[in-house]
Amino acid sequence: MKAAALLLAGSMALAACASDESDSGSGGGSGSGGNDELMIGLAFDTGGRGDKSFNDSAYAGVEAAVEELGLSMEDNVQTLSPNDDASNRGELLTQLAEQGYDPVIAVGFNYDEIIADVSQDFPEVTFAQVDGSNADGAKGDNVTGLLFAEEQGSFLAGVAAASKTETDNIGFVGGVQSPLIEKFQAGFEAGARAVNPDITIQSQYLSPAGDFSGFGAPDRGYSVAQGFYQNGADIVFHAAGGSGEGVFQAAVEANKRAIGVDSDQWQTASPEQQAVIMTSMIKRVDNAVMEFILSVANDEAEGGTDVVYDLESDGVGLSTSGGYIDDIADVIEDYRQQIVDGSVTVPTTP
Amino acid sequence: MSTLRRLGTALLAPVLAIVVALAISALVIVLIGENPLSAVEVMLDFGDSPSQQTQAMVVILNRAVPLFLAGLAVSVAFRMGLFNIGVEGQYRLATILSAAAGAAVALPAPLHVLLIIVVAMLVGAFWAGIVAVLKVTRGVSEVISSIMLNFIALGLASFLLTGPLRGSEPGASIITTADIPESGWFPGLNGVFGALGLAEPRSELYGFLLVAAVAGIVIAVLVKRTRFGFDLRATGMSPSAATASGVDARGMVIKTMLISGAVAGLIGLPDLLGSSHHYGTEFTTGLGFLGIAVALLGRNSPVGIALGALLFGFLDRAAIPLQFEGIPASVVTIIQGTIVLAVVVANEIARRITRRQAERGGSQPASPTTGDGSTDGGQGSGGPPPDPGAAVGTGTGPGVRSGAADGTRGGQQ
Repeated sequence: MKAAALLLAGSMALAACASDESDSGSGGGSGSGGNDELMIGLAFDTGGRGDKSFNDSAYAGVEAAVEELGLSMEDNVQTLSPNDDASNRGELLTQLAEQGYDPVIAVGFNYDEIIADVSQDFPEVTFAQVDGSNADGAKGDNVTGLLFAEEQGSFLAGVAAASKTETDNIGFVGGVQSPLIEKFQAGFEAGARAVNPDITIQSQYLSPAGDFSGFGAPDRGYSVAQGFYQNGADIVFHAAGGSGEGVFQAAVEANKRAIGVDSDQWQTASPEQQAVIMTSMIKRVDNAVMEFILSVANDEAEGGTDVVYDLESDGVGLSTSGGYIDDIADVIEDYRQQIVDGSVTVPTTP
Repeated sequence: MSTLRRLGTALLAPVLAIVVALAISALVIVLIGENPLSAVEVMLDFGDSPSQQTQAMVVILNRAVPLFLAGLAVSVAFRMGLFNIGVEGQYRLATILSAAAGAAVALPAPLHVLLIIVVAMLVGAFWAGIVAVLKVTRGVSEVISSIMLNFIALGLASFLLTGPLRGSEPGASIITTADIPESGWFPGLNGVFGALGLAEPRSELYGFLLVAAVAGIVIAVLVKRTRFGFDLRATGMSPSAATASGVDARGMVIKTMLISGAVAGLIGLPDLLGSSHHYGTEFTTGLGFLGIAVALLGRNSPVGIALGALLFGFLDRAAIPLQFEGIPASVVTIIQGTIVLAVVVANEIARRITRRQAERGGSQPASPTTGDGSTDGGQGSGGPPPDPGAAVGTGTGPGVRSGAADGTRGGQQ
């Protein structure tokens, strides 16, 4: 009994180690470098580098901007990952600003409250927050919100799923029940019902609000998706970060289809998973980050407002890798056009 | 055996553990192609300006306070051989309910804070009490039931947060309870820095540090200097012997779990009363599990737990400067993990050495300590050197002492 208890404690400590951030990027840049050269600070959300999701996407955006501006990742960029429980988010932003990084980009809506405090302490630094709104300027004039119309892209995913399903039964797996992920669910369901009002949609979240484990639990993603397939669904859309791996695995085993999220997940999947990933709802965090950095470099960053990336600006959309949705391309384009010109309004809450 | 010798044996395990852990961590840093010495340098560098240095201390202390409370909560149960894994659920539930209670009433400042603290302790004690009742009435292992109750507590907290206790605007991406009015905030301690002639740090030092110190002293006195504490330790070492000598084992289980849960209820309050003023989806989680590590590290003595919490706080702060030098933050997690494992192993080795010494010395064989590493040395009898006086020293001292002793403590995870 005692031994078991000790083992348990030990394994918990080890489990903490398992959630690694593979690399914190480059270092040695603190304070050095010319004053006129852009020094870019990037603060990740939980998961850090290597999550194959929005953190990596933001990093890709920085890489693209650095290349465009002829800077070096070594000297001009500093990335920071939070600790495992992300209790040091405020320190991440503060230290980047203090060490002279400008702009400072925070990845994730969890920075909502903290960035408002830090931006006041450093009024001369330009901040941006991915997935965080500053529409009313409440976070300060030096903060730009980089927002995405996830519900619009998810609407098209719903259209694709409802058009391709043979059982009139589809599923949605959400990572964490939060307002952000509910936008995916709302759009997906609205899109599917637009095509087929009588379609059966099974929706489930992997963890409740406040528990972020649902973004990193492939085992739970697997069992939920498996349940959906057994209940008759033949296409499952996931907005569950790292847990999506389990959804794909369940699709492979059930020989059914799945829809990826955030990036074109077909590109990074194994061959057997490529056979089941029908499309992905792409969210171009990389483009948003790159454009923000370029705007700062050109002294065009406005601050105190949001930049919204939607279907119209190709900030969200569907990937076509694998060619599974080529036959319904005109249907999707039709709905896309209706959303863009405003004749279809997509709800943001389910 | 002289006090010195006994102290030496008591220190042997933690020192050995930290040396082994540092050696393993250095190896890891070498393997990823960085210089371990420069890593140490970075960890000890608190910044250039005086305000950066005091800020670093505040970051360490603010992290250490909840970890200390978590370790304390675990250690109380540990002392009598109970493994309270439910600290996580106990503090999460206590924090959300006390946040809601604090937001719902308007009282004069001291009473308001007191009410929040009392609600948190009651909720924590109640949730731990369920574990105790299941154990004494149905013989359910507290390990199993407290893990299961964690899931229920987290689900319940989520339900309350998104449902009846939701205070944030609909559509806000972070869901929180309503804000506690200012009379329910715990004043910070930054005045201390001014009084000592140090630079004002950027963040506020949690005033809850004082409550944590008091809790540490109370627990130390309770365990070391009262009849209850004697029964508790006796039951921990040998339940059958304790029962035979008239200790009410069932009553002890219930009382111990209630105390452990009440302390667990305090874990979220430094953040709640000191900075966030509401419970929300971004509230720090996992402190209950870290508390198990801290309690093991501190060998269940309040002084040891305070040092362990400061060590974790120190290591945690280092995670950011390390990244500026290109060393991944996970190195810190690896150091913390290896320290805890090394401490568990070292405790066992030290226990065997002490027992062998005692046997060779021809004295009475020391009563075998329980394998949970709870007591040091195996001599369960009198109080080991750290008496309440010493506890007072560490309890109130961290603010003053951190400057001198930074080298030995560390950051958190």
